[in-house]
Amino acid sequence: MSTDGTFWRAAWIGLAAFTAFGLILGIAGKHPLQAYLDTGAYVLGSLEGFTELFVRMGPLVMAALAVAIPARIGLFNVGGEGQIYMGALFATGAALHLAQAPSWLLLPATIAAGFIGGAIWALIPALMRVAGVANEAITTLLLNYVAPLAVAYQIFGPWRSPESSSYPQSPRLAEAATLPVLPNTRLHAGLLIALACLAVFAYVFHRTRWGLEMRAIGGNRTASQHLGLPVRAYVLLCMALGGGIAGLAGMAEVSAIQGRLVAEVSPGYGYMGFLVAWLAGPSARAIAGMALLFALISSVGDILQITQRVPFAVVNILMAAILFSVLCAGRRR
Amino acid sequence: MEPLIEARHIVKRFGELVANEVERFEVRTGEVHGLLGENGAGKTTLSKILYGFYQPDAGEIRVGGALVRIATPAQARSLGIGMVFQEFSIVPALSVFENIALFMRALPAVLPRAALERRIAEVADELGMPMALEVPAGALSAGAQQKIEILKQVLAGMRVLILDEPTKVLAPQELTGLFGTLAALRARGYGVVLITHKLREVLEVADRISVMRKGRIVAVQERAAATEAGLLALMFEGRVPLADARGGARSMGGKALELRGVSTDALQQLSLHVREGEILGVAGIAGSGQRELGALIAGSTRPRRGTRLLWGEDASRWSIARIRQSGVAFVPENPLEIACVGELSVAENFTLGERRYRSGLGIDWPRVHADAQAAFARLGFRPPPLNAALRTLSGGNVQRVVMARELGKQPRVIVALYPTRGLDVRSAQAVRDSLRACAAQGAAVLLVSEELEELFELSDRLVVLRQGRLAGEFEPSAFAPEAVGAAMVHVH
Repeated sequence: MSTDGTFWRAAWIGLAAFTAFGLILGIAGKHPLQAYLDTGAYVLGSLEGFTELFVRMGPLVMAALAVAIPARIGLFNVGGEGQIYMGALFATGAALHLAQAPSWLLLPATIAAGFIGGAIWALIPALMRVAGVANEAITTLLLNYVAPLAVAYQIFGPWRSPESSSYPQSPRLAEAATLPVLPNTRLHAGLLIALACLAVFAYVFHRTRWGLEMRAIGGNRTASQHLGLPVRAYVLLCMALGGGIAGLAGMAEVSAIQGRLVAEVSPGYGYMGFLVAWLAGPSARAIAGMALLFALISSVGDILQITQRVPFAVVNILMAAILFSVLCAGRRR
Repeated sequence: MEPLIEARHIVKRFGELVANEVERFEVRTGEVHGLLGENGAGKTTLSKILYGFYQPDAGEIRVGGALVRIATPAQARSLGIGMVFQEFSIVPALSVFENIALFMRALPAVLPRAALERRIAEVADELGMPMALEVPAGALSAGAQQKIEILKQVLAGMRVLILDEPTKVLAPQELTGLFGTLAALRARGYGVVLITHKLREVLEVADRISVMRKGRIVAVQERAAATEAGLLALMFEGRVPLADARGGARSMGGKALELRGVSTDALQQLSLHVREGEILGVAGIAGSGQRELGALIAGSTRPRRGTRLLWGEDASRWSIARIRQSGVAFVPENPLEIACVGELSVAENFTLGERRYRSGLGIDWPRVHADAQAAFARLGFRPPPLNAALRTLSGGNVQRVVMARELGKQPRVIVALYPTRGLDVRSAQAVRDSLRACAAQGAAVLLVSEELEELFELSDRLVVLRQGRLAGEFEPSAFAPEAVGAAMVHVH
């Protein structure tokens, strides 16, 4: 959020969206003001509430990068959700099968496996795109419905934990396979990974010749091909990197939040990440800011669920309100 | 009498570039007003301001004496100002009638078809361009589509018609028809702005001629008072383009580029070669395989049968990148689509695909800027702002950027498709001169052009393409329009 009025723009957009959402809640007979106050008290008044914001920001940043990196060369990766699930699946697999490995190796291997899982899930559509078989916007979206089934197969079948016969989940991961967590909170090192990825993305895109080539491909793919840029390689690479980073988000959820593979790895981070990336555009700071805003929205959803007895899904209305506010304000170029 | 439209003290800037600084421009009733200038002189910018497409940073516009603000093209049209762009706004699948009716104002919900058709036919006849109304517009030639555009404007009630380089899309024999239409419009009291960089056209059809240079109108002349030499001097600040000077005999080396029996989807059994230091001209009517020949040599397609050789080495399977790295430069016929990226700056476009500008993780920008400046200077082009986004430049300037980049890397093989198309006299001559200079330094040049004069002037040898095959080969002693033309269209 720089000094050129971007901050105030964002503030106005936020205000408009929250007002609109409040009106809808009010019409539905709820108490929006009370809900906002409760959220404020939770977020600002408790360590848990405050840190929870950053717990959610991590996967949102990573899911947004999964969209933003391919988007820079004109590709639509709508498959962040599926890539998160595959990252979680691969990470769990590595943690379970390498449990005997030296402890210094286990965590890096788990992280790498998470990345590879997400990357593979994004590479399938990328290869189909390069081969001219199918459009990646469709295939990534469809694969979102396949990944949770793969996770379900493992936790209902081969990896089902013997300790809990009633609830399908994998055994707990070894201590050495989990990301460090800040004591008394759920805040974990995944956020650092996310911010590191974001910083590297910003540097590469704005400062290096690879970033320049990405902008060329995004600007005019045909010309880039004719100028001899390796366009296909960029398609594969950007999709793999994006998917891999989404996979890291899945790995972090399994490793630091759940401690084991469960059926519901993500509450829709992949889809929220798409919105974050679309609203933020190419700026890394905007991605971070938007991810934080969406983390706040997700907190609002939690509070509403508890205090106003409405389903969590009403946050979709709030997200839609944000989307419309941004559209009305005109997209930043 | 009040002029139809009058613009005063117009200033328009794009970033650091001053595109327009026009003291006064007016179009009178019953006048064809020629707007003449080289590429990038600001002709299109001025007309887009009059058409509400751009907002001037300063200045005022009067229509029929009344001060107006033209914020959108829709407002311009409601004031009776219409513009025919270089790219037409025709819906190809609709009939001519539907295309025209779509554009007319205040039509009732149910079209009184018979009455409308009568009216359209009437006006078309008056303007000397009768046309069939039921055929799909997309099936017509560019010349016929242009007539539809003009008719659309007239029937929609426009009084001022701005035509942006209307002759660019026309075949020579179609010019007479257009000029007849312009005369008919003048006779009926319309004001016509004819944008062009061709002297012959304004001298033939314009009543008055405004000459633009570097964003300013430097002179307004009555046609009777205008001469070709005088207009040239005004366009180029007295620096009139060099007269043609045929280069002396060059020493030619081995075969730099050779195709042996190559077939692709569009080319059949094509064999040709270009030696180091040689300029090979390629003639042919449009669509005879010129574009495919360029794509084949540049590497974006591969021979399905036959062999592509560079310096004697089999390069049939080489990638685009490898071909470029080996020293092949390519100027395609549509540079903005396949040779550069509009979103990037001029300098950034210079670096694409070039390994020598790499520096650490980034780009050696000082070197890029120095090289770009040198490349423009060598071609005698005024360099555009190197940090401006390419899409803000005029079409001619984009062509210059691509020429400068491709020739600036001192290539050993140059494939140039219509390199002077759309350039003004002086820039076209500069391009021809530098192609000749490159050949003199040992580069092999393959030049595709639609102008026989240009091919005759430059080529050491000339081949003719017809339907993807070689239809003739000529030595300079045999360069004659009749013989070459016959080979182009296959006359026995």
